[in-house]
Amino acid sequence: MAATLAQKIIARAAGREHIDPGAIVTCRVDLAMMHDSGGPRRVKPILDRLGVGVWDPARVVVVTDHYVPAVDAESARILALTRDWVADNAIAAFHDMQGICHVVVPEHGHLKPGMLVVGGDSHSPTGGAFGAYMFGVGATEMAGVLATGEIWLKVPETIRLEWTGTLGPGVSAKDMVLALCARLGMGGADYQAVEYAGDGVAALPMAERMTLSNMAAELGAQTGLIAPDDTTARAIRDAGAEPGDMTDLRGDDDAAYNQVHTLDAGALAPQVAAPHSPANAAAVGEHAGTAIDQAYLGACTGAKLDDLRMAAQVLKGRTVAPDTRLLVAPASTRTTAAAAADGTLAVLTAAGAHIMPSGCGACAGYGAGVLADGEVCIASTARNFRGRMGATGSRVYLASPFTVAAAAATGRITDPRDLLSEAAA
Amino acid sequence: MSEHGLTVGRAWVFGDDIDTDVLAPGLYMKSPLEELASHCLETVDPQFAANVRAGDVIFAGNNFGMGSSREQAAEALKHLGVTAVVARSFAGIFYRNAINLGLPAVTCAQTDLIHNGDQIVIDLDNGEIHNRTTGATLACEAIPVHLAALIRDGGLVAHLEKRFARQRAEGSAS
Repeated sequence: MAATLAQKIIARAAGREHIDPGAIVTCRVDLAMMHDSGGPRRVKPILDRLGVGVWDPARVVVVTDHYVPAVDAESARILALTRDWVADNAIAAFHDMQGICHVVVPEHGHLKPGMLVVGGDSHSPTGGAFGAYMFGVGATEMAGVLATGEIWLKVPETIRLEWTGTLGPGVSAKDMVLALCARLGMGGADYQAVEYAGDGVAALPMAERMTLSNMAAELGAQTGLIAPDDTTARAIRDAGAEPGDMTDLRGDDDAAYNQVHTLDAGALAPQVAAPHSPANAAAVGEHAGTAIDQAYLGACTGAKLDDLRMAAQVLKGRTVAPDTRLLVAPASTRTTAAAAADGTLAVLTAAGAHIMPSGCGACAGYGAGVLADGEVCIASTARNFRGRMGATGSRVYLASPFTVAAAAATGRITDPRDLLSEAAA
Repeated sequence: MSEHGLTVGRAWVFGDDIDTDVLAPGLYMKSPLEELASHCLETVDPQFAANVRAGDVIFAGNNFGMGSSREQAAEALKHLGVTAVVARSFAGIFYRNAINLGLPAVTCAQTDLIHNGDQIVIDLDNGEIHNRTTGATLACEAIPVHLAALIRDGGLVAHLEKRFARQRAEGSAS
């Protein structure tokens, strides 16, 4: 029977041959990922109350990324508790202060196509880029998974987002997904699965695919899948793991899709989402000239090595504009090392960037770099909700690393293609 | 407050896309629940946390609870005494979190029949919401059967406690 990729992965996890959308099923969990904010500090009291331990410590990954590095006694306490819990429960896969979970977990080869993975963070759909059905849950739900190894799911419909063409210079996956936010609206995917497909997606490197899948969360999808291919297999091998059997891990051509949207990557302009919603995305020209106080390159969505390279392309030979600050929080310590090795970091620091710790940072208002009332920021992050990045009266525009870098250089929202073509001329 | 098995409270009405950063602001996420809850919804209504009373009901538009997986978004509302959230639609993770914490999340297409401060009588067993101020009764979607059991038990943890107790009893009986 024809099935979407989501149906196939969930059917396997539920021990069924085939399942139809709408069915409520109990799935075996292949991997559970949590971080310092929603992880041990929240699940420990629940497991203690239940009087049970972790069902399978080999299927649990813990990452510290929200309260790193500790800035006060309370964040230090949360990190210490996390470390103690990991030791007490014999969790071998613990990545302490190595970067943001959504980047660190695949960097270490934990994700494989066909897995059913729960993550204690809403941007867990990032794992969908590896062909894993990965989705976000809250801490109580996570405690339930840790106690039982199981989770219930309502089998989703699938919305197919088909991209034709290839991106032009200065345009990236972030622009693709911001355009989708504008088209479908926040929550437009209604907790169904989205599947990104087409030549425009197949052409993307792994890091860019992760950006697409990551922001399936903003579309309101449960996950954002991309059928695994050679690019996926190579990324997993580069991470020191084996992708396993990927045969049949794609949606059948005659599967029933809830909606199909076809978009042209070749015609896409850089996008900017105005405060206070990713769905306020429009072509950069709509906001060109808007003055900014801070440019922020950070978060799981926008500070991977490929993202920093995009920014460096724009900033090479340029400096950050007066009265403007550029904060760069590389997504992982491996990202920082690679960006140092290939010269990317030197371009950014020569431009005047502040290099910040690897972690969730200012994106959700947890770390350094938050905003004052009246301040305007352009960020490569995923969300610009009112007050998320600091004071209630601050304003955040979302854009690609290219566009964030262009704004840093000029002090105003600027089409990055103008600066890239100047550099090329 | 409760009267004849029904919950009675006042309505607090919000719009679409109420996000988790507004419900549980990141700046206070490492603080104790009492402090975090005191900032719940302050971005859209600075008086909410101070004035909400036990038994009150939240009414909202589409996509309530969008954004983060932080369950403190639902926990803060529960801590403040909110008895249920009624919305045209919910963000998926928030919906699961609310149910897991024993906070009823009710999907209802007729939330526009409610105004701030209306007296609300809510009958969760029968899926009925009555606006005592206007006399209107709202048709709501029933909470799915597999989740109603969770709410009846008081949330996922209590539900699992029962399950493990049963397993232990069966284990010691055999």
